[in-house]
Amino acid sequence: MISLKDIWKSFGDNQVLKGISLEVERGKILVIIGPSGSGKSTLLRSINHLETIDRGEIWVDGVQVNAPLKGRKFEKHINRVRQEMGMVFQHFNLFPHMTVMENITMAPMLLKKIPREKADAQARGLLEKVDLADKMNCYPVQLSGGQKQRVAIARALAMEPKVMLFDEVTSALDPELIGEVNKVMKRLASEHMTMLIVTHEMRFAAEVADHVIFMADGVIIEEGPPEEIFSNPAHERTRRFLFEVFKS
Amino acid sequence: MQGLEFSVVFENMNILLHGMFWTVVLCSSASLLSIVVAVVLAMTGISKLKPLRSATFFFLWVFRGTPLLLQLFLFYFGLPQIGLYLSPIITGIIGLTLHFGVYNADVLRAGILGVETGQHEASRSLGLSYFQTMRKVIIPQALRNVSPAVGNNLIALLKESSLVSIITVPELTLSAQRAISETFRPFEFYFAAGALYYVVNWGLEFILQRVEARTALTR
Repeated sequence: MISLKDIWKSFGDNQVLKGISLEVERGKILVIIGPSGSGKSTLLRSINHLETIDRGEIWVDGVQVNAPLKGRKFEKHINRVRQEMGMVFQHFNLFPHMTVMENITMAPMLLKKIPREKADAQARGLLEKVDLADKMNCYPVQLSGGQKQRVAIARALAMEPKVMLFDEVTSALDPELIGEVNKVMKRLASEHMTMLIVTHEMRFAAEVADHVIFMADGVIIEEGPPEEIFSNPAHERTRRFLFEVFKS
Repeated sequence: MQGLEFSVVFENMNILLHGMFWTVVLCSSASLLSIVVAVVLAMTGISKLKPLRSATFFFLWVFRGTPLLLQLFLFYFGLPQIGLYLSPIITGIIGLTLHFGVYNADVLRAGILGVETGQHEASRSLGLSYFQTMRKVIIPQALRNVSPAVGNNLIALLKESSLVSIITVPELTLSAQRAISETFRPFEFYFAAGALYYVVNWGLEFILQRVEARTALTR
């Protein structure tokens, strides 16, 4: 479903991705862990072309995201491709001037020309799924962090994406709110959504992942099923990282 | 010494009210249009295309650097020389729109740049184009953020609108002058006109407060 081939990316002199390749199969969940600055967020963001990579190929559902097109043609292409991918951000990025309902229905109504009644009905269904049916007329400022993030997930799901990308979605949350967001993600997992998750939540990663990648300094150090990575890591660098994380 | 006699104002009230009507028409259209102009100029001012950006800055520089009165003279007396005849009221609306559109554009440009990049990213990640993102996500937020500053500009617009009396727009100031030329009572009529400007201003501030209150929750 998602296939990255030899991805390279630098910010100025800083080489953040050094030849990353990975695959995510349909309905599977890939979790990327690693220390800050390892390039995992940059990698996730480049799948959605929020970062432009220097070299390599990004394929999602048989379509090359970084297609060799120019100017307006590429813009059209990327807008279409992005509609197939849901992205959830660390800082939620809900639209503050829209109600919860409008946040969710805006894109389907604008891009898929879905009539309001249908979009509203769909949004109500999604809000139920994220346990926020009673908040549909609220503005984001009236919600807690956990609620905001669940709305953001519903907003991404409203475009009926083929894959979901999660960029450290619980990192900005108070500890007691992390659970409710994780619960929603687990629910998605049980529905066989293809997901790529960047997270610092090791316990959550161990629970939901089909496959775990440990990244550091722009390369994949080690990958495998979660049992293996978490209980019996092969590399010293992975062991050190997990030790530091679990120590706290 | 003549003494003050305000009853003459009430006898000629219809002249003043007529002028006030035109002031309201003039200012409400120029206010709304100046915001439209501001949106366009703010967008071209942050465009990726260098020529468009340069043209915008040149335009802003010209309109900010010259007096409104001179701009009005140029439109009203100068344009007919190149075959463009505009009625006084249209000239007045255009003049006020461009002059204050430029001020609002500057404010709005800062407002657009003040919207977090996360908002762009969230919108683009859903598949919205640059222009859809601007229209649905960025500009509405920018307008909310700068509404107090734009409000100040609109209050200034209302007061500066008295300048268009000089190009014979029958607005409040010119109406007062006409009433004075009939009655020779400058103090009373200028005073009354001032009071009516204050009333219009009051209405405008009421609207602005409503707008701010309504958007306070959503910022």
